Order: sequence, then C-alpha cells, then structure tokens
Amino acid sequence: MSKVIVVTSGKGGVGKTTSSAAFAAGLAAKGHKTAVIDFDVGLRNLDLIMGVERRVVYDFVNVINGEATLKQALIKDKRVDNLYILPASQTRDKDALSKEGVESVINELKKEFDFIVCDSPAGIEKGAFMALYFADEAIIVTNPEVSSVRDSDRILGILQSRSKAAEDGKTVKEHLLITRYSPDRVEGGDMLGMDDIVEILSVPLIGVIPESGSVLQASNSGNPVIMDKDSEAGQAYQDVVARFLGEEVPLRFIDVEPKKGFFQKLFG
Amino acid sequence: MGLFDLFKKEKKKNTANLAKERLQILIAHEHADKSKKSPDYLPKLRDEIVQVIRKYVHVADDDVNVNVEKGDDFDVLELNITLPESAK
Repeated sequence: MSKVIVVTSGKGGVGKTTSSAAFAAGLAAKGHKTAVIDFDVGLRNLDLIMGVERRVVYDFVNVINGEATLKQALIKDKRVDNLYILPASQTRDKDALSKEGVESVINELKKEFDFIVCDSPAGIEKGAFMALYFADEAIIVTNPEVSSVRDSDRILGILQSRSKAAEDGKTVKEHLLITRYSPDRVEGGDMLGMDDIVEILSVPLIGVIPESGSVLQASNSGNPVIMDKDSEAGQAYQDVVARFLGEEVPLRFIDVEPKKGFFQKLFG
Repeated sequence: MGLFDLFKKEKKKNTANLAKERLQILIAHEHADKSKKSPDYLPKLRDEIVQVIRKYVHVADDDVNVNVEKGDDFDVLELNITLPESAK
C-alpha cells in the first residue's frame, strides 16, 4: 500500500521544502520508492533545493494537462536510487491544479511508488489545499515562534475538516516536526520549548531539527541536508525518517551542549 | 548606554512563557469561534422542516427554531417547534 504524505505548515519560510527534500531522500535511501511533488505552482523551488533545476523539462501541470506523460516529467535523482522529483510549473494560472487532475496523477504514482511526498506551498489557498487534500499522513513543519504555531493550528483545522480523509470520515495521521530549534535560546527562556509546542498543538512529535548552518549549505549546493551525515540537522532528519518508518529513536540535539573549557577544546 | 549599565544585572524576562500563554488563549478562542459557526446547510434544513410541518399544521416562520450545538465528540441538532393551541 502506498502512502501519500503532505509536508505543510501554513506559514512560509519554516522549512517545508527543505524538510520535503530531506524526508523524501531519506525514505528513498532506506529502499522505498519515493516520489516528491512540488505543489508550489508559480514559485517552484523544490527542484533547486534538490539540485535538479537544470533537468526540468516537463512539470506537474504539463502532466495534468496531458502535455507530457508522468514518466517524462518525473526526474530521477542521480544520487539516491528510488527517488523521483515532480517539479511544479511556473505558470501564474492559479487554477492550473484541478482536483481531478491532481487525483489522477497521485493515483498513477500510487501504482509504482511506496511513498508520495507532497511539498505544500505556504498559505491556505488552492495549492496548499490540493497538496493536503489526498494525504494519508501529514507532517506539520513548525518553528518555535508564535506566528508559525498559530498557522500550524489553522492548517491542522483544515486537515481535520476539509481533506478527503475527513470527507470520508477518516482522519489524516498527523506528525509535528519542529525546525530551527535552538536549545540555548529555549533554556534562556527566549524560545518556545518543544514540550510547549506539543502541548499547544497536541500533535505527536516526529522530530526536532536544530537550527544549523548546514541547512543553508545544503540548499546552496542543491543537496538534501539529510545527505550531510556529519551535520546535526542531517542526523535529526535521519531520525525523523526512522521514526516515520516505525523505529523507536530517542530525540537528539534538544539539550544545551555543555560548554567546553579551554583544555577540553584543546584536547577534546 | 553608560558603562555602569553593563554591570547592571538585568532581570531576564522569560518571553517564551509569555508566547505560550498568548498562544494558548488565542488558539482556544479561535477554536471556540469555529465551533460556534453553524453549518451551511442550516437555513435550508430549517426551510424544509417548516414545509413538512405545514403539511399538517400551520406554523409561522418564527415558530420553528433550529440550532446546532457542538459537544466534545458529538453535535446536537436542536429543533424547537411551537404548535398553535388549536392544532390537534
């Protein structure tokens, strides 16, 4: 049985595309055939984050309109087997994504893929709605910051009332992913802690990604950050994938690291 | 900033707690708003109920009251019809 997972947040700039790229690459690296779809029509960026921007020939809307086959539009990743990317169109036509069109593409993908990851655009407009409508599970990306938490709550409400699962009387399984987390600032009382966010949103936590320079380095070079196995963010995403696949993995990088003394720095 | 300000121990405000409190109040409020909103079909449902009742008894429009109340895991559809005294 294949699964459709939406990566969404309501608010922009919290790390949806970074997380989609990392999550999809992580699933594929574990041997699951995975497709990741960019739903941000008009402002595509997943291709850039995944380093395939120069290989885009056809896009999602081309497939919906019958101008290309799905096979022609899917870009096979050259680093990870089993990983395919379906880029968004750059059309400015807001109605380019029809419910029927999206459904037919997802159904076709389901025949071949284990996981279909839908990278949602920000906002609660049509693109975001389409990205979540067919989802079986949802990853809610949230920053430890008031507007992000509030928007996550809004998008949770939409998942629970307007998704196809909700219409069919089922529920979308929700996972909370906290990104850009700074244990130092949480300890200092300047940043919402993960427990507080979980309490406010009451969604089970699938992972905490620490604020890390390696995320920007990864996007600069077009590599999903999960491939940077030395970075904390990359490792935290590995844990997220493992938890999603049912493994029990303790949280890491959530506590303040003990300050190293001068001698420890020298010899540590 | 004077030199001495550097040494003043400023009492650190815990803004994270403030953020949490504000969010909890706001979200509780927004959820309450949403649950107060009655479903879109309510006016039509009310009209049709009035028509069915009028097949048997004459009731005025404002004799029929339809209300939806949200419980934790169930909704209650409340119907209040005032029948005229002469109706039998």
